[in-house]
This record gives sequence, C-alpha cells and structure tokens, in this order.
Amino acid sequence: MKILRVVAMIERSKVRVLIAKPGLDGHDRGAKVIARALRDAGFEVIYTGIRQTPEQIVESVIQEDVDVLGISILSGAHMVLIPKILKLLEEKGIKPNEDILVLAGGIIPPDDAEQLEKMGVAKVFGPGSPISEIIKFIDDNVPKLKKFRKE
Amino acid sequence: MIDELIDRMLKGDKRAAARLITLVENDEEKAREIVKKIHPHTGNAYIVGITGPPGAGKSTLLDKLIRVAREEGKVVGVIAIDPTSPFTGGALLGDRIRMQRHSTDPGVFIRSMATRGSLGGLAKATNDAIKVLDAYGCDVIFVETVGVGQIEVDIVKTADTVVLVTIPGLGDDIQAIKAGLMEIADVFVINKADREGADATYFELNLMLDLEKERWEKRGWRPPIVETVATTMKGMRELWDAINEHRKFLEESGELDKKRRFRAEEEVKTIVSDRVARIVGKMLSDEEVSSLIDKIVEREIDPYSAADEILEKALGVKA
Repeated sequence: MKILRVVAMIERSKVRVLIAKPGLDGHDRGAKVIARALRDAGFEVIYTGIRQTPEQIVESVIQEDVDVLGISILSGAHMVLIPKILKLLEEKGIKPNEDILVLAGGIIPPDDAEQLEKMGVAKVFGPGSPISEIIKFIDDNVPKLKKFRKE
Repeated sequence: MIDELIDRMLKGDKRAAARLITLVENDEEKAREIVKKIHPHTGNAYIVGITGPPGAGKSTLLDKLIRVAREEGKVVGVIAIDPTSPFTGGALLGDRIRMQRHSTDPGVFIRSMATRGSLGGLAKATNDAIKVLDAYGCDVIFVETVGVGQIEVDIVKTADTVVLVTIPGLGDDIQAIKAGLMEIADVFVINKADREGADATYFELNLMLDLEKERWEKRGWRPPIVETVATTMKGMRELWDAINEHRKFLEESGELDKKRRFRAEEEVKTIVSDRVARIVGKMLSDEEVSSLIDKIVEREIDPYSAADEILEKALGVKA
C-alpha cells in the first residue's frame, strides 16, 4: 500500500495579502505587478494605493485581517517608515512572524535589509527577485503563523 | 476561542471583529457557531446597498457617503466586494483605495471581500459578515457590490435601501426599460453628472419611472433620481437625504419589517437548500445511488424518476 504524505498546505485563496505603499513616492508599478502576480497565483490581494501613512497601513491590516503585508518603498525612506509600521503593529498586538508575515520590496540596500530582517521583517525582496520566489516564501511561511497553526 | 472573540468584538475590538469576518468567510462550521451566538445582538444596523456597472464611481461615492454619515456621528461599516478569478481563485481587491482616508477613523470599519465563486454580485459570506458588523455596533452598513451588468441583483435580498449608480452615456432608453437591475433600485444616482449626456440619462430614467407608475404607486415609493459628482461632493448630501427618506418611508409604512422578514426567509431557504445539496451530493457517492445514474445512462430509468427516488431517500418525503 502506498503511503500518502499529507503536506500542510493552505488554500491560497484563503490567504489574504495587503500590498501597501507608504510614504511619498508614487512609483507604484512594482507594487501593482506584485499584486497582480499574487492574484494570478491564487491569493486574495488587497491593494490600497499610493501615499499611505503607517497608521493607515496598520489599520488596513487590522480591518482586513491579512496574513501577509507586502511593503513597497522606492523613496529611500524605508529605514524610517518600515520600523514605524512594525512598531505600530506591535502596539496593536500584532506580532511579526507570529500573526503576520511582513515582506518588503523596492530599493533597499543589503545592510538595511539585514537590519530590517532583525527588526521583524520576514524577508526583503530586492529588484529582480523572481515572483516565484516570493510566492514560494509565502507558501512556506504562512502555515507557520499562529492563525493557521490553530486551525 | 470563538466566545472570546465575540466578547471582545461586542466590546468594540476591531481586530476581533475582523477575525470573526475571516472565520465566517473561511469556515462554514465556525460560521454557524458564530451566527448562532451573535444573532441576538444584530438587527440595529441599517443596510444600504450600492450597486452599478464597473467604473460608475461606486467606491468614490461611498467614500463621500461615509463622510456625510460620519458628520452625523454614525458608526459606519463598509463591505466592498470585488470579483474572484474563476481561473485561479485569486482576487485583487481595490475598492479600499478610494476610501483609505477613513481607515484611521475609529468610527469606520472597512472590509474588502472577494466573491469566491458567487455570481449574484455579492460574496457568499456577505450576509454573515454584515451580521458581524451589525453586532459590532455599526449604525449603518454600506455594501458595495462588484461592478454589475444586468442580472446581478442579490443585493436586493440583502440591503434595506438599494442605490443604483449609473453614469451618462451607458446606453439608450431601451436599456432603461429592460428587466433586471433597473427594477431593484430604491434610489437612482447619475454620477459623473458633469459629463455630457447627463440630461439625457436623467430624462430616460424619468421616463422609465413614468412607465412604471402603477408599480411604484402601489408600493408608495417612487425612486428619486439624484445627480452627483462624487469627486467634488456635488449632490452627496442630497443622496444621503434620499437614502434617509427611503428609510423613513420603509419604517412608517411597515415595509421595513416585511423586507426583513422576506430576507430572513430567503436566508433560511438558502441554508436549507445548501444543506440538502450537500446531503444529496454525499448520497451520490454511495453505490446504491450511483447505480441509479448508470441506469439513466442505460435508459432503464429517466432522470426525473431517479431524482424522485434520491429525494425520497434523502428527505423521507416525496418532493
């Protein structure tokens, strides 16, 4: 008899992803491409548009009850805005890597990326990251979130 | 876990309310448990449906309606629905973009939902999500449907007041007299009314309403037509007034109670037929029943008689 291995997989359409663009840069092509690609991969993607404040992003995370927050920044302000978002999330009792996966993308130098990943960003995806890599990262890590472990 | 979430939600915890909506969306068994427990806390919110074709400006209109309702101190809930891809199961929910300024307002709760296979313009769990927001304490809940065409009219079973948003230049007077969507409006909005053709659209809608005089005279409500330019707030207060007038009409005429009774009936009908469908689906996998299917193919029995047999087995009655 063949033994079937059951892999803990979560239906992608039940995984909610918020793609957010904080700060003042209006370059949203990348964010839209990612949002579209994740949609095509079968995720439920919420896109909130450009020029979002960290407060607006965190409130959207709460009301939409998302599992993944993808932050796209090309303005260079990532070391100000991303820590602020992480701090606000903590204040609301949302723990990175426990309750939510925070991903970052855009122009983020390797040193900064390393620091951000220490602060709670699950992974920084720089320019040229293949979409398949981002999808695989979400597939691999979302099942580890508390919400899905319980279910 | 669910009891704790409900307790927190009833005390006004947004995160708990949001998680409950996720649960009613994802998990049918939990949805049952949640609805059973929150049902006594519902029935206070007034539900306004916003429907219309894609690009008519529903989200922008809603953004401004939230503003007007907030000026009156109302706690506002929004459920904004966008389509799920029939091919991948994924969705891109973008209605929030237009309403983001209200995100940080503690008196506003905005939730995006994907249709997840439902075809009537709403998401399958819309009614349960409305119940969560109702119990959470919203005074008014706006439900924005997907962009609709002609027959996605489920909103009429969900909303107390249906606002149909159209724009100039979408079609001629024949479109206005077709059955379906045009029949369900309690309030008509011509948005982008600064564009050419607004007068003609107004004229055509008005003419259509004149032709239906008998119907609305019997109902006691002639749907008003409000011209708006949502981006500049033009006509928005008039629209809010029209919605409230319709509400007043429903309350005073006793129509609201009738509507809510009809809604309860529809809801329970859907639940029952879903469950029967599931029972029958399960039966079809058992051997005895699947041999019936073979018999249909072999022309030993006809499909209607087979259905009689299956239903009698499932429900113990002749259906």
